[in-house]
Amino acid sequence: MPNERDPRVTRVGSLKANENDLRVIGVPRRRVDARAKVTGQTRFADDIFLPRMAFCKLLRSPHPHARIRRIDTSRAVAHPGVYLVLTGKDVPIQYGILPVSQDEQALCVDHVRHVGDPVAAVIAREELTAFEALDLIDVDYEILTTISNPEEALATSAPRIHEYGEEGNIHKLVALEFGNVEEGFAEADEIFEDTFFFQGNTHLPIEQHASVAIKDPDGKLTIWSSTQTPHYLHRALAKVLEMPAAHIRVIATPNGGGFGGKSDPFNHEIVVAKAALMLDRPVKICLTREEVFYCHRGRHPILMKFKTGVKKDGAITGMHLQTLIDGGAYGSYGVASTFYAGALQTTTYHVPRYRYQGCRTFTNKPPCGPKRGHGTPQPRFGQEVQLDKIAERLKIDPANLRLHIVESPNAVTANFFRLGTVNLSECIRRVVEVSGWKDKFRKLPEGRGVGLACSAYLTGAGLPIYWNKMPHSGVQLKFDRCGGVSIFCGATEIGQGSDDVLAGIVAQVLGIDPFDIRLFTGDTDLGPVDLGSYSSRVTLMAGNAALQAAERGKAIIAEGVAEKLEVPKERLSFADKRVFDSVAPEKGVSFEEAVCIAEARFGTIGTVGSYTPPKSPALYKGGGVGPSPTYSYSAAVVEVEVNPVTGWVTVPRIWIAHDIGCALNPTLARGQVEGSVYMGLGEALMEEQEFRRLPKKLSHALVHKFPSILEYKSPTSLDMPEVITELIEEPDPQGPFGAKEVGQGPLLPIMPAVANAVYDAVGVRIDEIPITPEKIMKALAEKKAGREPRFGPSHFPRINWPEALRVPPPWEGGDGNAVNDVPRRTRRVSKKEKVLTS
Amino acid sequence: MLPIESQKTSQIRFMLNGEETDVSFAPYKTLLEILREDLGHTGTKHGCELGECGACAVLLDGKPVLSCLVLALECGGKQVLTVEGLGEDGGLHPLQDAFADLGAAQCGYCTPAILVTAKALLDQNPHPTRDQIREAISGNLCRCTGYLQIFEAVEAAMLKIAGQKTSAT
Ligand code: FES
Ligand code: FES
Repeated sequence: MPNERDPRVTRVGSLKANENDLRVIGVPRRRVDARAKVTGQTRFADDIFLPRMAFCKLLRSPHPHARIRRIDTSRAVAHPGVYLVLTGKDVPIQYGILPVSQDEQALCVDHVRHVGDPVAAVIAREELTAFEALDLIDVDYEILTTISNPEEALATSAPRIHEYGEEGNIHKLVALEFGNVEEGFAEADEIFEDTFFFQGNTHLPIEQHASVAIKDPDGKLTIWSSTQTPHYLHRALAKVLEMPAAHIRVIATPNGGGFGGKSDPFNHEIVVAKAALMLDRPVKICLTREEVFYCHRGRHPILMKFKTGVKKDGAITGMHLQTLIDGGAYGSYGVASTFYAGALQTTTYHVPRYRYQGCRTFTNKPPCGPKRGHGTPQPRFGQEVQLDKIAERLKIDPANLRLHIVESPNAVTANFFRLGTVNLSECIRRVVEVSGWKDKFRKLPEGRGVGLACSAYLTGAGLPIYWNKMPHSGVQLKFDRCGGVSIFCGATEIGQGSDDVLAGIVAQVLGIDPFDIRLFTGDTDLGPVDLGSYSSRVTLMAGNAALQAAERGKAIIAEGVAEKLEVPKERLSFADKRVFDSVAPEKGVSFEEAVCIAEARFGTIGTVGSYTPPKSPALYKGGGVGPSPTYSYSAAVVEVEVNPVTGWVTVPRIWIAHDIGCALNPTLARGQVEGSVYMGLGEALMEEQEFRRLPKKLSHALVHKFPSILEYKSPTSLDMPEVITELIEEPDPQGPFGAKEVGQGPLLPIMPAVANAVYDAVGVRIDEIPITPEKIMKALAEKKAGREPRFGPSHFPRINWPEALRVPPPWEGGDGNAVNDVPRRTRRVSKKEKVLTS
Repeated sequence: MLPIESQKTSQIRFMLNGEETDVSFAPYKTLLEILREDLGHTGTKHGCELGECGACAVLLDGKPVLSCLVLALECGGKQVLTVEGLGEDGGLHPLQDAFADLGAAQCGYCTPAILVTAKALLDQNPHPTRDQIREAISGNLCRCTGYLQIFEAVEAAMLKIAGQKTSAT
């Protein structure tokens, strides 16, 4: 059933392969796992029921910040139906996703850091029994001062939420300077200084986190879990359980939505693993929705200040970005997030001099981490809204201004990120054209408006989370005599279509049907390591590994068939489940026969492929966050209607163009674009992870304002606008068939485009996300009173920044190292890397 | 004393996906719980168990209900349709086909509930407008798709079903 509404594709340049040979790649297609999904047979973690299975519940702290004086579990242990009660001392070893932030314990030993921090676990015959027994655990807490936001964290050096970090409650400070920014400002015709605030929000996957662990018959451990990163969970389990990793098997069940929220190793996963080993029976946990809000790891709230110098024509002369980041109670990915918040500013427009100062603080709230766009949507919002203000002051159309300053393809940016293909200009031109921008911008009647914004995103993090030189992704293929092919890979299906990417690529190379392929993915025992479904890395990295494995298999088969048919192997084609002479197509064999011929000739056929990203020229400390094999680009135009009486914003239409390199399966690519637009719209208009103090006469604790789906507002089918998607295809040499990412980038321009459209509609600037009716009403009141028509933060606090690492940009002769730090890599190696990548 | 969940003192007989079904369960259990836990029908999902997300929708006597809010005891003698019963003659229902072809299921977690809700819509109104489709599934949250491919899939299925009816007559 072809879809007439598949996205319009604009080709820039031509595809690597002869397009006529592409039977799978680029063709809108039913994804390989679709049937399981529409029949309800996809087995999510909570769908697993095993004989003798016990259920686990966690007792969570009701206090945002406290010491645990004493825990008495005796009454719970004695409760009928309870098998086991665990506390922190049973699993005391610290872990965390980043090697520099090993600051979590599966159950808190003596310190709770947010409401919802787990302190004990009950494992019982029935879930309800476990739940009841939680009430029978007595915990004696000593309440500590709560630190509820970053400014309090800066002002409160004790008590410390963690004993590590920069000092007091500052987790991480970053200061980087690429070129002399003050000189840049001196050259500018105009200087713009703006502060913005981006409220935190959460992933809200519809599937709640769940895990089932068993002790295998041979005494090893197996855990099924809704995780995006089975490999990292595997490592954390080995560490905390003090077991050889070889005796642990992690199976990532298909995630019922991830969006970054299932990328950390979680306390509940460790607890059920420990309990299963101790009890020698299957143990399951499924979090309640409220508990999912406590797991969080979502978007960091960020206060930011942009100072940007521009020439009269809009060319940027220098930019200085400061961020104050609310990290919540644990490190999670936070150190990376702090760098990401300053990383990608240079990837869209040419920024010749750039200074970034970032500060992440600990607070007594659920930890923040990676959500779709990881650390970059917040500063992208600030940058793109500021550009809109710049365009207005310079009296340049915002689209033209951007077209004038777009960064060039294959550039190395001021902060030493090597770009690949850059079709941002084409994206802007497409959305301007299809949206009728020229007839709408500043021309629509009062109350209606359009806004434009752009963005870039990584196609996979250039570095792994822990330092190693091994591939980021591996694929193994097994070729069967019956013509079937099995793919083994650690890649994790979170709904984005990673299984389909693997099957599509292998099917294309071998000329078979994706349906002839079996997939064994997300299983640490079966497949080679893939680092996980984060940073938009799977299509490029697992895809390239699959491509290599398939090409190797094809070469073996071609060798055998060429001999048999007496045709030079270069002349053989693989298509329509046949291997044949491309000059005389009738001369050939079926794919099945071809495999048999090759197996008879060479023995059992299996191949492997792997992928390691190219080395980055960013050698300075902190330069490991932000490099990517290539970047995707997006531009969006959002149309809004703002009710001047209620401040209510309606979005009838969004046009978005995405520079994707090559859409491997256009149906799925469009789904990723629309899903990103949807999620961006939720962030723009309504989603917020908010906290409040309970009344004094209660505990005065800092609690989540609304840990429920009902009150955490997210867009429904009634709120979704029409979306017109344009894909720009210029195959990127780094990607399989030229593909770049599409899962995260298209979210990024939505929030600033909405803000810019609101300004076009009613002339008020909302420099804060989400853009709620209350904020619009306040800004309209300011406007009416003749004051600045704006709602947003007015100041950025003073922070004692460390001396910046000074890295001269490439055009000032920089070699990627900081001049005031020891060089991280020698010139010799960086020369070799040039040879490798040229 | 036996834990309360193990006290399967209640029993009902009802039609589950067209098959007469007997089940014993603890009296407090919801329809969602007996489907998943006592009858092994895990196709129906949950995202809140509080009536907020719509992931647990099933058809009760042809009407969509949130199975997490329906006591199993209320279902005696009734017809329950879940995603497992949607297919026809070993094949997929046109809605399932369209959802699979048109990208309407990404992670697939909201899908079973949206499928049965859409079926109820088409049963009652064979030619819904886009707005009526929006309205019908407005209680089913999907975090992946942005809904548009879901609307298109329902419309494609609508046309296919209408086509089948015309060719049958
Ligand atoms: S499980 Fe969310 S509405 Fe029933
Ligand atoms: S497809 Fe994932 S929630 Fe709808």
